[in-house]
Amino acid sequence: MSYLAITDLQKHYDNYHALRGINLSIIEGEFVVFVGPSGCGKSTLLRTIAGLESSTGGSIELDGRDITELASSKRDLAMVFQSYALYPHMTVADNLSFALRLAKVSDAEIQEKVRSVSASLQLDALLDRKPKELSGGQRQRVAIGRAIVRQPKVFLFDEPLSNLDAALRVQMRLELARLHKKLGTTMIYVTHDQVEAMTLADRVVILNAGQIEQVGTPLELYRKPNSRFVAEFIGTPKMNLIPADKITHKEDELVFDMFGHTIHFPAKRIKGTQPDSVIVGIRPEHLTLVPEGGDLTGRIELVEHLGSEAYAHIQLQNDQTIIVKAGARLELKDGQEVHIHVDVNEIILFNDNDQVVSVIPEEA
Amino acid sequence: MTLNQQRKLKTFITGLFAWTIALVLFFPIFWMFVTSFKTELQAISIPPTLIFEPTLDNYSEVQERSDYIHHAFNSIVTAFGSTILALIIAVPAAFSMAFAPGKRTKDVLLWMLSTKMLPAVGVLVPIYILCRDYGLLDSKTALVIIFTLMNLPIVVWMLFSYFKDLPKEILEAARMDGATPWDEVVKVVLPLSMGAISSTALLSIVLCWNESFWSLTLTASDAAPLTAMIASYSSPEGLFWAKLSAASTLACAPIVVFGWFCQKQLVQGLTFGAVK
Amino acid sequence: MKRSITRLLMAPSVILLLAWMIIPLSMTIYFSTIQFSSYNPDQNGFVGWQNFEFFITDPAFIPAVSNTLILLLSVLFITVVFGVMLSALIDKPFFGQGIVRVLLISPFFIMPTVNALIWKNMMMNPVYGIFAWISQSLGLEPIDWLSSYPLMSIIIMVSWQWLPFAILVFVTALQSQDTEQKEAAQMDGATGWHIFRYLTIPHLARPIAVVVMIETIFLLAVFAEILVSTGGGPGYDSTNLTYLIYNQALLQFDVAAASAGGLLAVVLANIVAFFLIRAVGKNLTV
Repeated sequence: MSYLAITDLQKHYDNYHALRGINLSIIEGEFVVFVGPSGCGKSTLLRTIAGLESSTGGSIELDGRDITELASSKRDLAMVFQSYALYPHMTVADNLSFALRLAKVSDAEIQEKVRSVSASLQLDALLDRKPKELSGGQRQRVAIGRAIVRQPKVFLFDEPLSNLDAALRVQMRLELARLHKKLGTTMIYVTHDQVEAMTLADRVVILNAGQIEQVGTPLELYRKPNSRFVAEFIGTPKMNLIPADKITHKEDELVFDMFGHTIHFPAKRIKGTQPDSVIVGIRPEHLTLVPEGGDLTGRIELVEHLGSEAYAHIQLQNDQTIIVKAGARLELKDGQEVHIHVDVNEIILFNDNDQVVSVIPEEA
Repeated sequence: MTLNQQRKLKTFITGLFAWTIALVLFFPIFWMFVTSFKTELQAISIPPTLIFEPTLDNYSEVQERSDYIHHAFNSIVTAFGSTILALIIAVPAAFSMAFAPGKRTKDVLLWMLSTKMLPAVGVLVPIYILCRDYGLLDSKTALVIIFTLMNLPIVVWMLFSYFKDLPKEILEAARMDGATPWDEVVKVVLPLSMGAISSTALLSIVLCWNESFWSLTLTASDAAPLTAMIASYSSPEGLFWAKLSAASTLACAPIVVFGWFCQKQLVQGLTFGAVK
Repeated sequence: MKRSITRLLMAPSVILLLAWMIIPLSMTIYFSTIQFSSYNPDQNGFVGWQNFEFFITDPAFIPAVSNTLILLLSVLFITVVFGVMLSALIDKPFFGQGIVRVLLISPFFIMPTVNALIWKNMMMNPVYGIFAWISQSLGLEPIDWLSSYPLMSIIIMVSWQWLPFAILVFVTALQSQDTEQKEAAQMDGATGWHIFRYLTIPHLARPIAVVVMIETIFLLAVFAEILVSTGGGPGYDSTNLTYLIYNQALLQFDVAAASAGGLLAVVLANIVAFFLIRAVGKNLTV
């Protein structure tokens, strides 16, 4: 059942095509995250849903009502802005109640709503302060509170955590997740930070150049990307990409050459016709350092210790560098020669057009 | 010398230098003020008298001879009247230019400024004749109208450059909250712009108060503001420096004191969009 | 916002300014081509370029134009150069910084007529003025400023008035200068002069443009200082275009010549404005 339905949404600026036919359907209560590099159109999409930008084609339907041409305030949406956009001349209480006062809600009701929202966001003690007397996290909570009091059908978040420091960001991320559990309201969230997308979302929408690249749960996107773009965008550190050459086609497997080593790839995991050249994608955690043998050899260039684990940057022949996730206590020295085992089950193959041509083993 | 001592010395020298220049530049005003309490004889004595018994005679004579209160009233009415009028006309224009800029907004703004480039003297004759034909010579109405039009471009410009820097997201938040355009202006933009509006008003009042082309050419006595009253003391009919100083002090004191009090406000407002 | 509402909001400003520009200007053009005398209204008639010829061949015309430009450029130079230096000087905290700032900007609030009277009498008077007293104390011959150096006297008065304006604008601008940038430069080994030259001056480019623009508007129209102090003299030594036209129109009642002169002033202002808006326009954040 679609709650928010976006059909062939277009946005043209004078000589710039920002949204190129977006089709998306969101279920009630879902937490959807729009993610993508800057300029991909994610903010434009959110602002078009909000009615802050007008669309130049297509339609938006919310809860069975066409809202494409409706004014922002009539859409039953609330938005939390990147800069919080609190009214600097009003107290926290006035900020929270502004929309209600505009809607001529009775004073008693306003008081009750402001009280309950400020209690749930721990803003009680701050109601008489002005925004400039608040810390970043407090401002953020006021901005969220201002959205909650209106009890909208959908919450829109435009990179709400990007102005906070790292520790606070993690904390607010959790608070948002809890808030979503508690309210159960549909939320749409824009970010360029894929960690936020992975941790918060029921479903992630990846945008690229004004189009939807892929929609899916965080795990789906991680394990089954449709394209090189998605594969590279999701996951830190990035997926390793190694061009393979000298492909030999055999009956039940594909054999390709990587820096003198051969990799055997089951043919049943190839979608469609067998490709003539491929790029091999493999995530750092699917590579293992082994004492000898292995599928690849290289020289350690740099090790990043994270405490619980370490990432070894390894230089292969031909100046190609790959990243391998290693145990935290492994004693690795710069310049040391290492052997690497590749988990063939986890390999993803891309063709020349950056499309994925392989499937994961359980689907093969 | 330690680094700290070096820095202290540097600050001291800077301060000394700044104080010297400030005192030199302020001296004429100080001297005018002091002279206004002297007798005419003391005023022109060489070497200058520094220790004397202050007298208020000059002030009472100025009021008697040229009715200071009357001219001060004219100055207040014209300066404040035209400033308020200019703000009423300029706020909507600046608002729409800042928040709904079109392709020609920049051209319109530069054109407005260019009307300010039009030298007053180029239109002196027709304005004089128009005023004469409509019985507006020596009237406050004429001055208010002219001052309003004269300052309108600068007022629009100052307001525009401030509005333009207001964060757009706040207005969008208001729109999401259900604010109509009218609500946006009255409940969000205006309260946020009180600083800018008051510093714009301040500059406009100062410019009107001190305006001395139209006030000297279009008024005689009834509507003459303080600038015109002072000009009447320029006649070379003898050296009445003490009285002249008293009259000048009276003419300038209101606006100078006003300026001192609002100095911070003025400093913040005078960016004309020149500061990011 | 809808385009129509936008237009409606701008209409009062635009219409009023258009009227303020067009009506008097077209009247000026009309007057400048006829014979016009307040005394003999019957003798009015079209005379073509005669008034312009009359005005341009007036011996006062060339000095008036050159005085106008000399006054403009000198005051701009003095106020911008000293304004930048003084505002940089008072930018860092020192004892009594607030008072110094108030003292420095005070002349801006003094009306031009008072300005002229103070300087003419109490400062520059050759017998009783402060300057004369200083000269005498140093054993020098006192200078009669207004008769010997009339234009320079006017330049001093006008600069004294507008220097504070420049300081006001520059002080504001300096407050927004990035201190980290300055500290980075210090770490890189930049001296105070380097920071001033390579960071402060570029930072002030736009404020300088603004000051030049606004001051030009007012400096082309300097009037009261001349009227009150030198009366344009001696001869035409301190007559500028504004004063000359005033003289023709209201003292000699030659409306036609004054109109022609007014138009020439408009042309001159437009030439200056053309260069100015081109130079400054791109520096304005529009």
